[in-house]
Amino acid sequence: MSEQLDLSQAIAKRFQEPLEFLGGVAILAKDTFNEIRTRPFYGSLLIDQIYLVGVKSLPLIFITALSTGMVMSLQYGLGLEKFGGKPYVPRLVASTILREMGPVFTSLMLAARVGAGMASEIGSMVVTQQIDAIRALGTSPIKKIVIPRVLACLIVLPLLVSIANLVGNLGGLVVGSAELSLDAQFYYRRVLETSNLKDYLAGFGKTFFFAIFIAMPSCYFGLNVKNGTKEVGIATTKAVVTASLLILVGDFFLSKLFWVIEQWL
Amino acid sequence: MALIDVINFRKSFGPKVIHEDVSFYVRKGECLGLVGGSGAGKSVILRSLIGLEKPDSGQILIDGVDITPFNEKELIPIRKKVAYAFQGGALFDSMTVYENLAYPLRAHTELAEPAIADKIHHQLAEFGLEKAINLYPGELSGGMQKRIGLARAVIMQPEIILYDEPTAGLDPYNTKKIQELILRLKAKGVTAILVTHDIPTAMAVCDKFAFLKDKVIAEQGTIDQLKNRDNSLIQKFIEGNIL
Repeated sequence: MSEQLDLSQAIAKRFQEPLEFLGGVAILAKDTFNEIRTRPFYGSLLIDQIYLVGVKSLPLIFITALSTGMVMSLQYGLGLEKFGGKPYVPRLVASTILREMGPVFTSLMLAARVGAGMASEIGSMVVTQQIDAIRALGTSPIKKIVIPRVLACLIVLPLLVSIANLVGNLGGLVVGSAELSLDAQFYYRRVLETSNLKDYLAGFGKTFFFAIFIAMPSCYFGLNVKNGTKEVGIATTKAVVTASLLILVGDFFLSKLFWVIEQWL
Repeated sequence: MALIDVINFRKSFGPKVIHEDVSFYVRKGECLGLVGGSGAGKSVILRSLIGLEKPDSGQILIDGVDITPFNEKELIPIRKKVAYAFQGGALFDSMTVYENLAYPLRAHTELAEPAIADKIHHQLAEFGLEKAINLYPGELSGGMQKRIGLARAVIMQPEIILYDEPTAGLDPYNTKKIQELILRLKAKGVTAILVTHDIPTAMAVCDKFAFLKDKVIAEQGTIDQLKNRDNSLIQKFIEGNIL
């Protein structure tokens, strides 16, 4: 009997944290949705966050996208060369970048850079009682902290992904031309001829979900820091891991969803 | 009539009970010194008075209104009336001193920016901190951070101020400065609760004391009452004979 109890307690303990996370994020999302519709709206804080999340992430996203496009072009080219399939490289690289690599890699990089930054900054604010001070001064941490970050991610990530798509394809073109002996004009035309709006939208549509996957867990883990600075580091790790997992696992389901929508249209 | 009235307050964190049955009151213009050993839950009571913590049961009446069932939105008018001076100042480290002081004014008043600037300059002059106006909290000493935290807390001219260890860790100069500020606010008729281990400061500014021990208010009374009481627990606590 006591063994059964131990087992049930162990199972309950194992699932407690994920369940707390799901419940906590759901409540945070509800509060965010409710407060986003009421005044005041702190526009200057949103602009600050757009700068921090977007402009400051540009070099990282640029390098990631360029490298990804170059590697893909090289690998596809070397792999398809045996079968005389090099002319298909532009189509394959473009399609993979637009649908998957652009949104997923950009989101993962943003989760690592921005998600970690958000969780640690908010966690430090909790530890130094700044979040309490926001409340004690009669203002809302949701409005001051969460909403600007969520909106900034929602605005910035689609733009960053669009830039990553362009840069990634540029990387593919450079390697296609320099390493695979494909004519640059041919590569460019093939990308335009074979890629369509559906490819772009299938990837672009995911970015809004990925933005939520990055911002919400980061804010949640930051706000739930309780026992001093040690937990700030733990919260940061949890935020990045959770956001990355949500992006990777969510990508499959979103790909499936957008595929169904494409068939339907 | 009491401006702050705490009735049968009970609070626990998980299985750990912090307060069993705490009751006390503070009249308008009075300053209550809340003393007790470390970990007795003094700050928990202060936090509950402004709605940062919810009690398990009991009532907290602020000017006759029970705030315990209030949500964050309903607490906003209370938080305009009751200021909280945090132990470390709790200044927003991404903002300058000016922006920290402007924060509550921008949030709760319709004042134009020149009027806000005037108010901030006046407040900093009163606190002797004019030179710090453009500095960030990281550039200030601990004592200055506490004084600016206090300046921010009182800039909205609250009726009640809750001081959480305002002199902890400060040198005698900054302790004296804080003491003077508290006395000046008291002279203006501001009601206050002071949580502190700094007995000289508490003796200088408080009208009465409440002693937290074993999850309840073990003793309370005015300084005269306590002095004349045999076996006063607060006296023993001050003398270091009990925890």
